[in-house]
Amino acid sequence: MFSAQDLQALWLTLRLASVVTLLLLLLGCPLAWWLTHTSSRWRRPVAALVALPLVLPPTVLGFYLLMLWGPEGAVGRLIAAAGLSALPFTFRGLVVASMLYSLPFVVQPLHNAFEAVGERPLELASSLGAGPWDRFFTVALPLAWPGVITAAVLGFAHTVGEFGVVLMIGGNIPGQTRVLSMRIYDHVQAGEYHQANVLSLCLLVVSFAALLAMTLLRPRRYARD
Amino acid sequence: MKRFLISCLLACAALLQPWSKASAEDQHITIAAAADLHDAMDKLIASYRRNHPGATLEVVYGASGMLLNQIEQGAPFELFFSADSSYPQQLVAHGKAGGTPVPYAMGHLVMWSASIDMSQVKVADLSQQRFGRIAIANPQHAPYGKRAEQALRAAGVWDAVQARLVYGENIAQTAQFAQSGNATVGLIAESLAKASPVKGSYALVPATMHEPLKQSFVLTQRGAGNALAKDFASYVQSPPARAILAGYGFSLPGAGH
Repeated sequence: MFSAQDLQALWLTLRLASVVTLLLLLLGCPLAWWLTHTSSRWRRPVAALVALPLVLPPTVLGFYLLMLWGPEGAVGRLIAAAGLSALPFTFRGLVVASMLYSLPFVVQPLHNAFEAVGERPLELASSLGAGPWDRFFTVALPLAWPGVITAAVLGFAHTVGEFGVVLMIGGNIPGQTRVLSMRIYDHVQAGEYHQANVLSLCLLVVSFAALLAMTLLRPRRYARD
Repeated sequence: MKRFLISCLLACAALLQPWSKASAEDQHITIAAAADLHDAMDKLIASYRRNHPGATLEVVYGASGMLLNQIEQGAPFELFFSADSSYPQQLVAHGKAGGTPVPYAMGHLVMWSASIDMSQVKVADLSQQRFGRIAIANPQHAPYGKRAEQALRAAGVWDAVQARLVYGENIAQTAQFAQSGNATVGLIAESLAKASPVKGSYALVPATMHEPLKQSFVLTQRGAGNALAKDFASYVQSPPARAILAGYGFSLPGAGH
């Protein structure tokens, strides 16, 4: 049913989405926490910046990344000066690009969840002698758990479906950047509708399963009251 | 509420109107053109329109294999300019053509680089690490990509360069990968090398290393009865049009190349 190349693309896509989701959760938690509790005047600009990939066409993001990361680009030069290998056309590059692309899908659910937790439980914990780390890990995070799951599922699914950015900066390299959506595109362009169909069906099932898992993992009623 | 709904409907009706209405159906065609024609086709159309100011010719560029697919799925193209002859023949075989394929140019594959002087470089040299990332078009649906793979195999370096290959969606994106410097070398069409907005150098890939890039066009079913499509098709074979194509490095059928 799957050719070796299709399987490779499938595995690559799952690997990419997993890495991106984990990294985004690690990065997104403190960012969402900061957005929830800060009174800095930078809060709104940062929130807008985080949400930007929601409305920005992926091709625009891909184009700027390609220019920025290229040998003539500012980031490209920095990376070359640091003695690292260039980002375009690499798995690492896709990870970074996908993180930017899926950032709002992880940060916004977390932000909403932290806001829903509110100040009260944290103040109570504080009055019982819990330190800031303790408050975060034993009070805020467990209460915000449904939000964390939503963030993970959305981040994962959104990364799996990425196409425009990959098209611009991927280079379609087997095992490196030839993800499922690229593979489907190639099959369609080559008139191989059967293979395209099989892979597309895969994505459809994965997407549905992800959303179903999200609703099942979510507790029926928030444990707040 | 009622007024709001009515204004919404009116706005929709207005937005559904096409951008501009062609005065007569025959005065407007859309051409599907291989990406290696990127600048040449624009020039051809501009030159044609000088004598036919009332005609509107629009172009959609892409990999030939992709365009073939789109036409077979009913895309509204009157003419199909492929970068090879097999895709137009497939269109004929599938009964979706409105005529027989006509060769209009012979394309050439070159090795192009913005950073390395390529003038003395041979295809076999590409196995050297100094050539970094090498961009080729996707062999699955881009004729220039297929020829690039053939040439690399003929030179015996296909396996050696495999890990450094980057695939462009069509030959124009492949050229862009090389022109932006993201790929050190690009195996691209000579027409794109000649039209490159970025300075670079290139060497011709010997035609003996790959199947010829005999480029043909064909009228689609939709274009079969279209006077403008037919007239433009004959213009492409006329001396002024051939001179434009030759300027982009294409060899011409029947010109003794």
